[in-house]
Amino acid sequence: MNEETREDIKLVEDVTQTDYKWGFVSDIEADEFPKGLNEDIIRKISKIKNEPEWMTEWRLKAYKHWLTMEEPDWAKVNYEKVDYQDLIYFSAPKKKPELESLDEVDPELLKTFEKLGIPLEEQKKLAGVAVDAVFDSVSVATTFRETLAEKGIIFCPISEAIINHPDLVKKYLGSVVPQTDNFFAALNSAVFSDGSFVYIPKGVRCPMELSTYFRINAENTGQFERTLIIADEGSYVSYLEGCTAPMRDENQLHAAVVELIVLDDAEIKYSTVQNWYPGDKEGKGGIYNFVTKRGICKGKNSKISWTQVETGSAVTWKYPGCILLGDNSVGEFYSVAVTNNFQQADTGTKMVHIGKNTKSTIISKGISAGKSNNSYRGLVKVNKNAENARNFSQCDSMLMGNKCGAHTFPYLEIENNSATVEHEATTSKVGEDQIFYLNQRGISTEDAVNMIVNGFCKEVFNELPMEFAIEAQKLLAISLEGSVG
Amino acid sequence: MIKIKNLHANVEGTEILKGINLTVNRGEVHAIMGPNGSGKSTLANVLAGHSAYEVTEGEIIFDGKNIIEMEPDERAREGLFLAFQYPIEIPGVSNSIFLRTALDEIRKHKGEPELTPKEFLSLLKEKAQILGMDTSLINRALNQGFSGGEKKRNEILQLLMLNPKLAILDETDSGLDIDALRIVSEGVNAYKSKDNAVIVVTHYQRLLDYIVPDFVHVLYKGRIVKSGTKDLALELEERGYDWIIKEQPETV
Repeated sequence: MNEETREDIKLVEDVTQTDYKWGFVSDIEADEFPKGLNEDIIRKISKIKNEPEWMTEWRLKAYKHWLTMEEPDWAKVNYEKVDYQDLIYFSAPKKKPELESLDEVDPELLKTFEKLGIPLEEQKKLAGVAVDAVFDSVSVATTFRETLAEKGIIFCPISEAIINHPDLVKKYLGSVVPQTDNFFAALNSAVFSDGSFVYIPKGVRCPMELSTYFRINAENTGQFERTLIIADEGSYVSYLEGCTAPMRDENQLHAAVVELIVLDDAEIKYSTVQNWYPGDKEGKGGIYNFVTKRGICKGKNSKISWTQVETGSAVTWKYPGCILLGDNSVGEFYSVAVTNNFQQADTGTKMVHIGKNTKSTIISKGISAGKSNNSYRGLVKVNKNAENARNFSQCDSMLMGNKCGAHTFPYLEIENNSATVEHEATTSKVGEDQIFYLNQRGISTEDAVNMIVNGFCKEVFNELPMEFAIEAQKLLAISLEGSVG
Repeated sequence: MIKIKNLHANVEGTEILKGINLTVNRGEVHAIMGPNGSGKSTLANVLAGHSAYEVTEGEIIFDGKNIIEMEPDERAREGLFLAFQYPIEIPGVSNSIFLRTALDEIRKHKGEPELTPKEFLSLLKEKAQILGMDTSLINRALNQGFSGGEKKRNEILQLLMLNPKLAILDETDSGLDIDALRIVSEGVNAYKSKDNAVIVVTHYQRLLDYIVPDFVHVLYKGRIVKSGTKDLALELEERGYDWIIKEQPETV
């Protein structure tokens, strides 16, 4: 090893010494169920939510199927398997039974969201963004509901939707990600406790960004939220999802399911900034993020656009996908995945072309630092009848230092000769020459790395709503502080 | 402006610079010439503080401060500028954001306020005009997909924007056609003043027709073996380097 390399390694080590700022624990009294999973627990979850019988049965069906399944192990990640009987499946902040206004929310809880930069108090709400805040297993506050209701938009915790909008929930829940879809989706279907529900009626363009903020607080608790978004004909919505968790020595499980349904001429733009606790510098603790996200472009000319910035979690395993059923429908996936220290990410997308003239775009940017591993795994499938399907995929990886890894696993299944499929992949190192060049113009190494990384991710950041893009850039800077190589 | 005393430097354990002595005063232009492999680019990079080079002996006194221990970005903020022989491409980073950041850093260091976007833009337009640069280059990613000539022009644009105390031009003429050479030289001449200094590293005399040096030094095997005026450059053009090399004792 020459001087230069040693210098590089030192720089990398110096720069990766930043702490997770969202790792505090809130002291909030919680109602918790005992550890473990069985039919009783599921019935209890269903009961505490006052769910109708059909929902209880739906959960039990998922549970019974889950019992027959095995945890998958095909992803390029290594982790200590979860003991599913050692988890708590329901934890909710203690509160008065019916909340009439935010005044009745535990002030400690409001403080928590305040600390996270998510003010829920009416007068301080983020301008133009409606927020649903999910704390451990329940939704604690949804803002701007009246304004949205005027347009016929439903934005509420899914637990409420099950009671107040059973027809919509019955029709669409599990229609994109069935209970039996995969191990984690089945588990989620059995035990999900809350999440967000969105319905945009025909022809309505949602006037503001809808946002859900997920926070895991309680110890030994799995978070299993469920999101269901339906965009009726000719409607449009942009939806943002953010998440954090306290720093804990043991790993915590997050197994969410997100389903998007888009009808004729409608569009959903779904953006995620994932910042779950990644574990400490030795790789201890952190969130296991095993998520199933899928949308269906059911109608003609419909569009789904997934944008994700993944900076957190010890292990990330997620492939937001699009089923392009409607003719002329469009699926997009823009992703930045950053791994540092001992983080592992296996993420990508699935684009399934079924309708005619369907089009998909995949832009994936993976950044690996420290001793982390970052994999892109993506499937582009063109069915027999999908005439003139088009796909463009670009997967770029950037390495910082020489102890990390970047991998690309593109899968193509093309059954129709009229398809046009393009795939480009590059791997680069943050060059010492690039850093020196910026240094030579008076820019510090720290800022130089941020600049280079942001430039690398630009195509994805351009897809994010403004405030989210700024947050994403800051997160990236924090995640990689000093990771030079 | 800069005083280099007995400077020795290694790259990967091999000594490239073997005792350079050079003083450049305010208002002067010095040309460093020499055959391939004589250490010209090494000298430029060592002055800028590139980490691939290890200084083993000597001093670099820049504007009264010994900068040997300074990081490259500190040297830059102190007013030392290197125009790169091969400017680096940085995908996705816009030329203007990069320039703005650099200028802000340097102004901050000097205790000057940051420019407003409007001030910045009008300064940028003014300087780009000197170089006949298309303003579209300003919004493109830094050096990405630029032609060789565009890259060199962009280096001089940065020089004009950042207005350093000392400009080191590392083979700025390489790869330029005669028109581009003239434009780039006009840019350097627009920068030159009695308060700053220029070190021009070049292979060829032709650049010195435009950027007229006060002194010319010949670098050979890591040492300055001959110094003179502009006439020395003309003589080198005529006779090559062989006659100087022959004057050197075998042991060098």
